[in-house]
Amino acid sequence: MAARLKQMAGAAAVAPLALLARALDPPLRAVQRVAGQGGMITFFLVPNMAIFGIFVLLPLCINFVYSMTAGPELFLAQRDWVGGAQYAKLLDCEDYTRPATCDEDLFWTAVWNTARFVLVQVTLLVVCATVTALILNRELRARGFWRAVFFFPVLLSPVVVGLIWRWILQRDGILNAAMLDLGLDPVNWLIERGWAFAATVGVTIWAHLGFYALILLAGLQAIPRDLYEAAEMDGTRPARVFWRITLPLLMPNLLVVIVLALIRAVQVFDEAFVLTGGGPGTATLYMTQYIYEVGFASLLKNPGLAAAASILMGGVLVVLTLLQLGLGRRGELKGKAR
Amino acid sequence: MSRVAAFLTRRRGGDRWHWTDVVTVLWLGAGVILMFGPAVWLVLSSLKTPAGLAEFPPTLLPYTAETVVVEGYDKPLPLFTVTREDGTEAVLAEARRVGTVAQMVDPANPDDTLRVNIAERTPVRAVGFAWENYTQPLVERNFFLYAQNSVFVTVMATIITLVTNSMAAFALSKYQFRGRSAVLILIVATLMIPLSVILVPLFSIISATGLFNTLWGVILPTVATPTGVFLLRQYMLTIPDEIIEAARMDHASEWQIYWRIVLPLTAPALAVLAIFSVVWRWNDFLWPLVVLSRQDVYTLQVGLNAYAGELNVQWHFILAMTVVTMIPVVLVFVFLQRFITAGIAGTGVK
Repeated sequence: MAARLKQMAGAAAVAPLALLARALDPPLRAVQRVAGQGGMITFFLVPNMAIFGIFVLLPLCINFVYSMTAGPELFLAQRDWVGGAQYAKLLDCEDYTRPATCDEDLFWTAVWNTARFVLVQVTLLVVCATVTALILNRELRARGFWRAVFFFPVLLSPVVVGLIWRWILQRDGILNAAMLDLGLDPVNWLIERGWAFAATVGVTIWAHLGFYALILLAGLQAIPRDLYEAAEMDGTRPARVFWRITLPLLMPNLLVVIVLALIRAVQVFDEAFVLTGGGPGTATLYMTQYIYEVGFASLLKNPGLAAAASILMGGVLVVLTLLQLGLGRRGELKGKAR
Repeated sequence: MSRVAAFLTRRRGGDRWHWTDVVTVLWLGAGVILMFGPAVWLVLSSLKTPAGLAEFPPTLLPYTAETVVVEGYDKPLPLFTVTREDGTEAVLAEARRVGTVAQMVDPANPDDTLRVNIAERTPVRAVGFAWENYTQPLVERNFFLYAQNSVFVTVMATIITLVTNSMAAFALSKYQFRGRSAVLILIVATLMIPLSVILVPLFSIISATGLFNTLWGVILPTVATPTGVFLLRQYMLTIPDEIIEAARMDHASEWQIYWRIVLPLTAPALAVLAIFSVVWRWNDFLWPLVVLSRQDVYTLQVGLNAYAGELNVQWHFILAMTVVTMIPVVLVFVFLQRFITAGIAGTGVK
């Protein structure tokens, strides 16, 4: 009955499209007669590739030109050519570890914030996801429910995630009330620099943990059972089983998870932006927000500088992507790539 | 309860508690609280009145003040428990308040008034839901419009994604032609190019084509997802070519082969892509934030962010609208979770 209903609902949803497809047949048959099979291949490819070309490839190409121009104008033709000046401005620094000594101090603040974020967040995220996957892989009752518990925040929008946690972490929020109950001093979570940074790390882990745990769980479930049975017959200690069987066989998935987490941590924006707005001061200003602020939002708008910064970030991502493609053969991940 | 107890005291193999059992129980318990807790707290908070939200420490459940209609007063008056000078307690209504002194009246006897310091009374409350948090922003503010915009973007982007991606995937999986591998490499190479890297030039293209501040400006750059093409192509490769050859013998046109044979057989992969596309487009934030600068074209996410960034943050409305924004995704999660997890784990869509 339910299956029947589902079928009917599906049929109702595609009915208008099916009608359109049927109506398109006679003219397309004529096209095929004139252009042949090759023409039809082009016809199938054109819509996607046209959109792809205009909105992905073209911007990618003109980004390089864009990064070598200056001025507030938006259109490329009206902008002044300055060569590598934007890159020089970004890289002009006495001491790279001290952003205050740099010409574009915000850029280096963002670079170091992002580096710190990537290091801490990816480490914690991978450890938590691995523990979660290992636990979900045990013989649990209601495993589907527990999996859903950890996966549920993955689908929430970053804005929703940011607002939920802003509400919990604010000065008069429930977390501080709980701290008072436990006899601790309340903390200004989003106003103190260190805690604000920790909040962006914690909240992004909260939001994405389930996604990575799921990939690792799939990897764990692919490990042949008889390996464990053999180990048990030999009386191998559980710790040894973990280090000698589970971890090595999980490695391909683990590597993919690490690289994917790295790629996404470098681009961190939405949750952190809604949660802290980059503050207090510039304590949680990350790379993507820097590009957004310089390109669009700030008073001293400088799209050329933003383009140059985005290309430098893109370079880092290309390296990570190549790493992923090299490793991803076995991982075969789709899902949240974009 | 006994089932919970049985579950909690279950052991791994033998009859001793292994330390991993303890970790499992603690981890899962903490997981439930940490993962569901915030969402539950959001929903509970969203039903509180502004006065309820301002309370610290906060109450767990939403309360509303009880009111009573008293003869001689136009509006319903809030009720308070007051301790009289002689030590007796009475439930009185507040007629008016000046500074820290309130003039209370007995609902049963409107002529009997009493002046009470506001510190010496407690409001009479019952669990009640402030539904106006939901109705007011939807009706009086622009949130209904934002929701419409979000639905439009999500539906159109998903339909176009499915149609264009499946056509391209069909061409790339079922035909041999020159340049095929070039197209494939191009698609795979851009698989991981994030929006933030092409933000600035993409914005200038959107402006040049007159799509700035339009919903189509949000939709079009997102629909040609390399991920979608890749996922559908992988699936279509598993459809045997003999079926297509047989159809060609029967004088089926290439278009008919695409939509009558290949598309129906690709349904599982299309379903996964459709679900992902709906969630992605509903949740999109950075790109709409850049393209949309006029209130009448805001999507829910952008509107919500703008609302939360106002000088005087109205949490009672924001929390309610956050719940509204969450609803479609939660529905997808509840009904289609299996498809999503299968899609991510890669088993269902190899």
